[in-house]
Amino acid sequence: MRALLNDVIFWVLALLALLAVASGVMVFRFESMARATYALLTSLLCVGGEVLLLGLDYLGVVIVLMMTIEMAIMAVFMVMYMMNPAGLMPMTMVHNKQGAAAICAVVFAVLAAGILLAPWPSRRGRPSDDPTLDLGLSLMGPQMLTMMTLGLALFATIVATVVLATRRGRYDRFGDDLKARRADDPVQGGRGR
Amino acid sequence: MPDAAPLWAAVVLPVALVVAAVVTAGFDAVLSGSAERGPAGGVREAGLRATAPLREALRLLVQQPRRTTAADRLLGRLGVVLVPVAAVLAGAVLPWGFCAVSDPSVGIVWFNAMEALAWAAVWLAGWGPNSALSLIGGYRFLAQGLAYELPHMFAITTAALGAESLRVGDVVAAQDGLWFAVWMPAAFVVYLLSALAMAFWGPFGHPLSRDAAGGAEAELAGVDRLVFLGGRWLLLVVTAGFSVPLFLGGGHGPLLPGWAWTLLKTAAVLALLVAGRRALPVLRMERYMELAWMVLVPLTLLQALFVAVVVLNR
Repeated sequence: MRALLNDVIFWVLALLALLAVASGVMVFRFESMARATYALLTSLLCVGGEVLLLGLDYLGVVIVLMMTIEMAIMAVFMVMYMMNPAGLMPMTMVHNKQGAAAICAVVFAVLAAGILLAPWPSRRGRPSDDPTLDLGLSLMGPQMLTMMTLGLALFATIVATVVLATRRGRYDRFGDDLKARRADDPVQGGRGR
Repeated sequence: MPDAAPLWAAVVLPVALVVAAVVTAGFDAVLSGSAERGPAGGVREAGLRATAPLREALRLLVQQPRRTTAADRLLGRLGVVLVPVAAVLAGAVLPWGFCAVSDPSVGIVWFNAMEALAWAAVWLAGWGPNSALSLIGGYRFLAQGLAYELPHMFAITTAALGAESLRVGDVVAAQDGLWFAVWMPAAFVVYLLSALAMAFWGPFGHPLSRDAAGGAEAELAGVDRLVFLGGRWLLLVVTAGFSVPLFLGGGHGPLLPGWAWTLLKTAAVLALLVAGRRALPVLRMERYMELAWMVLVPLTLLQALFVAVVVLNR
């Protein structure tokens, strides 16, 4: 029974991997930016499913959550910035076609050969109760402080970028001395107005 | 501890959700009817008004679907179908009494991930028909998502923090004595707001509002429209229902069995939302955005801090 279950999980993993690669390819084949974005989302959801099947529940579900929201927003930017957003006119997202294809094929072959040739260790002990915790500890256990600092620095960068990029700051809204009682906004409404 | 539900529960769940959605829509139709045309004259008229959503559903079943020029049928259909699918998948972790179809160790994150599929669904449904007004509706929902999602995440995180677990069953078990709604009122209220926003319904119906000729639903007709709007009711039922295990003690309560309490509490939350809708205007998203990020995010963070301190001192 257990062996059968393992077999089923293996084949589902393989199917998800195939789907992930196929929809990854479709990202470059679709001419519509909406379709390309959602093909990428399909690919990422398959990856989330793989992580779930590997027993990393939290990471798998978080991948699904983050990637859905991220791709939904990304679709807006793809439609906004790419030429031919709706795919009504032919365009291609690939540059240096032959070179890129050759590099991809070689990298894929090397990685696949690595899977087959690597001397994989056999299992020692038993699987941990909480693989997510173990993965987190082994990924960044000793560097936790560095990672936390990095996270803060990244977040501060995001906020600073938005502050620098915004066209209307608080001085435009509340006057040079910030003393205006009502914000001077092109669109009225919102908190305290 | 929650029991594992039998396998047939997976089949019953969508049916139960649909029944709940029909009842809720009927209640809403009765309230709208009495607001627009005065109170019902008798039981027969009230019954007619209550079954109006059902009759509308039957009408949509036989209506001709609308075709638009150069539509992206694949993505449009995907978006329409994704709404009820996301609702049912999110409902899989809803405990009925103390027994859910599935109670994974990360149930709360699962619920959040499934309701995030609605972001994709509404935008896709708006994008599909190649129509400006429906696309505007789709974009509006993304803006709405950005506004409600952060306070919403902090609210459900607070409930998980109080139970020190992401498992829905543990959250219910932690409310054996005191409901979370009592000592996390801010998180509870924010959750109810975001439940409405997730279902893009009532005061948060801007993505489908009349000023954009129906927004994301503008070009939907026939079965497409039925699946999309029916899926929205399902989403409302599921998100309202999830507030029961998160904040209202799940199946805990005196005298009655767990399933009856779940049913009662879910009905009460839905009644509150449906009745409260009549008192609130439809919100423009930039207005809610400002409220959400300037007031609700700090408020939910303070609430989470309070709960964290309580949990640390337990």
